[in-house]
This record gives sequence, C-alpha cells and structure tokens, in this order.
Amino acid sequence: MTSPSGVVQAGGSPVAPPALERPDFQIVPRAGLPIVGLVMALLIAAVAANKLWPLEFFHVVGGAAWTVIDLFLGFVLGPIIGRLSIPARIEFTTRLMPKMVLIMPTVVTATLVAGWQLGTHLGTVQSNYYLHGWVVASFIVVGVMAVVALGLLEPANIAVLVELKKPRPNPAVIERLMKRFIYTAGVTGVMQIATLVIMTKLASG
Amino acid sequence: MAERDPADAVRLPPVTQLGMASLALIVAAGIYLSAHLPKHVPLTPAVVLLAASALLLAGNLTALARVTGFAWQRFAQVARWALLAYVIIAGMIEYVFLRNHTSGGPLVVLTLSLVIFAVHVPLLIGFTVARYDDGS
Repeated sequence: MTSPSGVVQAGGSPVAPPALERPDFQIVPRAGLPIVGLVMALLIAAVAANKLWPLEFFHVVGGAAWTVIDLFLGFVLGPIIGRLSIPARIEFTTRLMPKMVLIMPTVVTATLVAGWQLGTHLGTVQSNYYLHGWVVASFIVVGVMAVVALGLLEPANIAVLVELKKPRPNPAVIERLMKRFIYTAGVTGVMQIATLVIMTKLASG
Repeated sequence: MAERDPADAVRLPPVTQLGMASLALIVAAGIYLSAHLPKHVPLTPAVVLLAASALLLAGNLTALARVTGFAWQRFAQVARWALLAYVIIAGMIEYVFLRNHTSGGPLVVLTLSLVIFAVHVPLLIGFTVARYDDGS
C-alpha cells in the first residue's frame, strides 16, 4: 500500500513524505530571460555578419563556459553535493539548478551555432582541411555529450526542480534524480576533457 | 520504513532509452553529412538513420499514449514550454545551415533531424517530470 506520494509505513498504512524545508524559487528564473534573448539576438547578428571576431568570441567564450561548467560540476561540485545533508542539498539545488536551466542551453547553442559558422568561415569544417579527422572527432564528442545531456541530464534537472516546487517533495524521488544528474554530469565532464584535447590540437595546428 | 516513488506505481515504456537512441541516430546522421562537406555525399546512410530515428519517435509516442494513469496534465504543462525552447534552438541551428547555403537533400535530412530533436527532447523532459507526478 502506498500513498499518492509513494511512501509506505512499516505497518502498511500510507503516510505523506516528511516535509522538506526549501526556499521559494522559480524553475525558470524569469529575470534571466531577457539576457538569454539578448545573447541569442547577438548570436544571430554574429552569424549574419560572418565576421571572424564575433564568431570567434561566441565560440571561444561559449565553449570555455560550457567546458568549465561541466568539469566543475562533474568533478568538484557533484561529489560535494553528493555528500551534503538532504536539507543542504535541497537548498543548494534550488539556488543552482534554476540558473543552469537558462545558462546551459544558451551556452551550448551559442558554442555550436558560432562554431559551425566559424568553421565554415575558416574552412576548417571542409573535408580537405588537413586536421579533418580531429574536427570529426570533435563532432562525435559533442554528439555524445548532446545525447547524454538532452536525454538524461536536462530532464533530471527539470524534474528535480518540479519535485521541489511541490508542497511535500518526495525525498526518494529527489535522491534518485540527483544521482542521475551527478553521474551524467561526471560523464559529460570526462567528454569535456576530450574536447579540451581536440580543441587545443586544432588551435595549435 | 520502505519507500516507493510514484514512478514505480505505473508500468512505463522505456521512453528515455528509446529517446536517447533516437537522438543518437540523428546525431550520427548529422555527423555523417557534416564529415563529408563540401563533397557530394550519398544520402542513403543518413536517410536510413533519420528514418530509424523517426520510427523510434513514433514508437515512443505510441507507447506513451497507451499508458493508463499517466500524468498527462503535468506532461503537457512541462513539455509545451520545453517545446518552445527547443524549437527556438532548432531554429537557430537551421538558420546557420541556411546561412551557409546548405540545400537539396542534405538540407531536407538536416531539417527533419532538427524536427525530431525539437520534438523528442521536450517529450523526454515532460516524461521524466510526469512519471514522478503524484498529483500534488
């Protein structure tokens, strides 16, 4: 026998999960949306202009942010979050994850869109480029990261936040989703090391 | 005290696994096409990958539609906003293809791949949220 929220007492009678204290938050921080809109507008302008500096700017800044955030989350913050007490983990999550909902898709879109345009501009995406194998390797690494991030990490992120918005969040659900989030952040962190190897090789010729 | 979460209460199809396989197939198609630029490239492998990805999407939607007791309201609430976000992202990627004069068969394959991407990712997000919904 389970309650609607799935918790069962030893005796079999259902009870609600224990109340968890959490600060009020927005799943998608609305204050950040104009900034995302501005970044997207500037990105479109950079692609339309097809000039080296703005394309390089978006690709390098976006790529650096993406790599650093993934590495930091996967290897530094992830293990720390895993060892925090449940209340501390919840407080940290409600402050970090809504920001990630806006930051990561924006950074990834800017990196990939500017990167493709930059590669076209410089000719590095052409198959006759002398480091073409390295470029294709970067496509594969990005592809693996995209599938892991879009299929596991992003849905887990949103689901944790929706669970935490409920009047009585279920600790078991949060635990399960946070584990998924932390493991997949570790996987993308490893893939980012491959990105660093490939990109530094491409930059140094 | 034993604990179960709402995801265990309803038997669910492997939506996440099928979704990831579908995304992997369109990513593979995109890499195949991109790796051969600007040479003429046989489209058959990319079309096969795209078709397999579309079949998985259709299978996922069908399997999910048959689930009784699924939290459709929560699914729709989350998936529609995710759809908006991923249509914008797909639109940005499509724009950069058009800006670089991608045309013909490769453009069709890439555009359809982006359609699958823009539908499947919100489906996965909506599903992951809704499977843990307990009505509160």
